[in-house]
Amino acid sequence: MSEFTGVRGTVWFRAFTGQATPMPGDPKSVLTADAPLGTDHARFLCVVPDPRARFPCARQGQVGLEEAYTLAARVREVMELDKNTTRRPIIAIVDVKSQAYGRREETAGIFLAAAAAADAYGSARLAGHPLIALVVGHAISGGFLTHGYQANRILAFDDDGVMIHAMHKEAAARITRRSVQELEKLGQTIAPLSYDIKDYAKLGLLYKLLHVENPAKPSDQEILKVKNELIVAIADARSKPIDLRSRRESAEALQTRKASNRVRAKMEEQWREA
Amino acid sequence: MITSRDRMNFLNRQSFLELDARGRAAALFDQGTSRELVGPFDRVESPWLAIQDVTPQEDDGCVVMKGKIAGKAAVAVALEGAFQGGSMGEVSGEKMTAAIDLACADSEKGLPTSAVILLETGGVRLQEANLGLGAVAEVIASILTLRKHAPVICVTAGTVGCFGGMSLAAAVSSYIVLTREARLGLNGPEVIEQESGIDEWDSGDRALAFAVNGGEQRYGMGLADALVEDDTPQIADAVRHFIAKGVPPIHRSSQVELYRSRIGALDTSRQWDPNELRRAWGMNGSKEDNR
Repeated sequence: MSEFTGVRGTVWFRAFTGQATPMPGDPKSVLTADAPLGTDHARFLCVVPDPRARFPCARQGQVGLEEAYTLAARVREVMELDKNTTRRPIIAIVDVKSQAYGRREETAGIFLAAAAAADAYGSARLAGHPLIALVVGHAISGGFLTHGYQANRILAFDDDGVMIHAMHKEAAARITRRSVQELEKLGQTIAPLSYDIKDYAKLGLLYKLLHVENPAKPSDQEILKVKNELIVAIADARSKPIDLRSRRESAEALQTRKASNRVRAKMEEQWREA
Repeated sequence: MITSRDRMNFLNRQSFLELDARGRAAALFDQGTSRELVGPFDRVESPWLAIQDVTPQEDDGCVVMKGKIAGKAAVAVALEGAFQGGSMGEVSGEKMTAAIDLACADSEKGLPTSAVILLETGGVRLQEANLGLGAVAEVIASILTLRKHAPVICVTAGTVGCFGGMSLAAAVSSYIVLTREARLGLNGPEVIEQESGIDEWDSGDRALAFAVNGGEQRYGMGLADALVEDDTPQIADAVRHFIAKGVPPIHRSSQVELYRSRIGALDTSRQWDPNELRRAWGMNGSKEDNR
């Protein structure tokens, strides 16, 4: 599955913007374009694999140093452009293998690079840009934290090619001393462990699951349908608080994140007394 | 040369590393002003561990204290490295975001309330996987909101260090305080060896881990704001200093063009000696001495 990372990202970036080329001066692994979306002119961003990327550990769709700083720069660019006008929507199309695992990356401080992208996305949301993440493929670990997880609204396709997780299966199995089969079995009863996007939807973090017959080859009708879903999500984001409270106040979160809501209620109560 | 004065300083040091999360948080506050919130007696523990045969802890390895630091309102949130490696789960994550959000609400109402986050963590708790990762995203979001009104100070003293997604939380903070025993990075040595091979990183090489991720190196590169001894009064002093400084004019994680151009200038055909980068970046770093 993972060898296809990036195919879907490119397909959907092209579907929305009509092209798939990086902006001048940017690495080939980051696609950025502005395109009409409803009555808005939205900024679309996507990280794609570049087998000839400068950094050897970031050639298969990982988010590395250059990807993270490019995303940050392109998000901050629209914040600056829109600072005295309607904040345009920002759409992160997510199909990322993970963060880049390399010595060069650690030495040059990839933690700061990833934070710079999360900072830019989060700050754009706080400045009033509706920020939507559309997960079309993989959204793993630091890759997702860097690109997409600061969104007001997260949408995802509901098929087997979509995976949102803290760590890929083999590594998670090794670290928790389980077999991959055991891990999959646990995931069937313990929703946060599951690699199935339908279980992820039970956590309450997701705004909506969308169905597309073949996400690697969508029909014109399906593209239109997904665009309309993005427009609905943008309107919803604009009409509600800019923070991430919807992730713990959604109907699903009220079930699955009971502990979160209990912590929050107790903290609020004791904070007032302290 | 070690003088007798150095020796006395060393002997008189009050180790911060030897304190647990509760002791560390309490040590930062003005005497008699701190109170723990949602503590162990509230018994809010992780609902996900027992069903996986892991013993939960009644504070979920996260200690929240509210009080005054240098006379100003502040909240401290400390992760306990000794419980599940300080990992972020649903409950520990929500404790941190709720505390930061409440500090933000008070700040917006005209009572600026700083946050000190004491991070000793390997990152996401894998037994809570997606809720842990989600919690990290929410912690980052809450820090970004609070730091507009009041400073967020990250202290990583060691010995666990700060890795995984929580290294992003450290990096979006207003100030970072480290000791030489601390390490800060996105991917720990074991993970890199596992994902990219032993030629990329030999996780048995302790010296390499400190040369790259160690507190002295991070400070030297301008990626942290203070390097302190493992001494409780010194660390508390550094925290008071940054609270007095207030919100910085620009946060390090917002200085995109500076760091993007530095990355662009690197020769990626080879590995680098960490000292090279310290020399190249340190001079223009945003560290304290250069402000």
